[in-house]
Amino acid sequence: MERFEAIVVGGGLAGAAAAYRMAKAGVKVLLVERGSYGGAKNMTGGRIYTHSLEALIPNFRETAPLERKVTKERISILEGGKATTVEYEAEPAKPEDESYVVLRSVFDKWLVDQAAAAGAVVVNRIQVDALLKEGEKIIGIRCGKDTMLADVVVLADGVNSLLAERAGLRAPITASEVAVGAKEVYTFNKGVLEERLGLEANDGLAWLCMGDITHGLMGGGFVYTNKNSLSLGVVVGLEHIGEADATIEDMMNEFMSYGPIARLLKGGKLVERSGHMVPEAGYKAVTTLSGDGFIIVGDAAGFCINMGYTVRGMDFAIASGMYAADAIIKAKKLQDFSAGALRYYDILVADSFIGKDLKTYRHFPEFLNNPRIFQKYPAMVNGIMGDVFTVNGSGAKPLVPKLLKRATGVGLVNLAMDALKGGRAL
Amino acid sequence: MMNLEEKLGVNKYYVNEGHPHIEIIHDYPDMKEKMKLVNACPAGLYTLNEDGTLAFDYAGCVECGTCRVLCGNTIVTKWEYPDDTKGVEFRQG
Repeated sequence: MERFEAIVVGGGLAGAAAAYRMAKAGVKVLLVERGSYGGAKNMTGGRIYTHSLEALIPNFRETAPLERKVTKERISILEGGKATTVEYEAEPAKPEDESYVVLRSVFDKWLVDQAAAAGAVVVNRIQVDALLKEGEKIIGIRCGKDTMLADVVVLADGVNSLLAERAGLRAPITASEVAVGAKEVYTFNKGVLEERLGLEANDGLAWLCMGDITHGLMGGGFVYTNKNSLSLGVVVGLEHIGEADATIEDMMNEFMSYGPIARLLKGGKLVERSGHMVPEAGYKAVTTLSGDGFIIVGDAAGFCINMGYTVRGMDFAIASGMYAADAIIKAKKLQDFSAGALRYYDILVADSFIGKDLKTYRHFPEFLNNPRIFQKYPAMVNGIMGDVFTVNGSGAKPLVPKLLKRATGVGLVNLAMDALKGGRAL
Repeated sequence: MMNLEEKLGVNKYYVNEGHPHIEIIHDYPDMKEKMKLVNACPAGLYTLNEDGTLAFDYAGCVECGTCRVLCGNTIVTKWEYPDDTKGVEFRQG
């Protein structure tokens, strides 16, 4: 039986990044993916901040299948058929400030191909059924009747990591730690998106929406521009979803019915409907990162943060894959794959932007888990806008009482408390 | 507007006919528990029958695991990824 130094389970961004970096350093690595290709089972809303990809593959812009560089950001507050939108447009100042819209079935496949070109052995269409254990040590994987041994197994099998859970390496994920996303991709004739959104040829838009579309649940809608298609969807927290008076499909339809979204979608042709879980709890959800003979990376480790206007995980995934590789490369030199040696990965993560950003945003999920944020405040903002912009001859009222009237709709004490909590959470 | 079943129709699936990777208790008594699945499944595969029992079709599954996380200790009695080469295949992602 062929023996590998490292086995990576999962051909997503974290797994492919780990395999790529290990292969480059001469580690004998096997990447196992259950889909027909890397990314066949993966999806994203849309945007990757590419600073960590740049650290892994500095010239990625030359070959990576990037859809569009984000140069336009929009945030909309949707409520009662009304929309208040803020738009920000800027060319990223430095290369590492850039972010791109990607489609994972294309993008992940590219990254897995890079790993294969660097020397990793890639096998698709193989499901890993279990981790092999010797005492507490992970010594390999089982796929059907086949077993494969390795010095270290990298678990990159995503947010719904059955392997880690069933091997007892981490606590089962709970509804309060995750959100669910539904997404659709619509194609358009060439030039339509540029015209409708006021974009240059390769520039893109990231558009996040919050408001009554999620029926009080934490979450929102998103739109991202691909080359000639739009990625659009809704993400909602799972904790209270059973109590909601709407399904996620109802929310999706309500989102798509909002004027600005409906007009943008006109004439688009649906080419895919997907869904995925998002590990949103951030810092709190991160448990075990490594142990005797294993390292957990990416979504499987819980590396994701809800920043309110966006949920971010892909840059963490790539960086965690890199740190896993670095820890394994070091372990190989020392010929020590014990828990103590692999703990170097935990240290790399904690000292990096992953650990720091997760910590910075650690109280944010609690702050967002508040129906007022998604119902009362959107009504307040759109109400104020309506007051400001409506002139109908019924007599103008001074602005301050108008604002105060809208704020009382939320409750002044609630408003003050939430502002305070929001301030503290950040 | 397309309904969800029509939307799933544009996806690419290799359905493992006769071998459901998810199994559920259709007549689970707790309505609150059932509503979690009805509301959350991004493929809308859980629906309520007229008699209040749960209808479920695994063929359109996008393999997200949401139902397992929500009801893995109650309604959902089995949740596995579909066998090698089976299930959904995203071309966009």
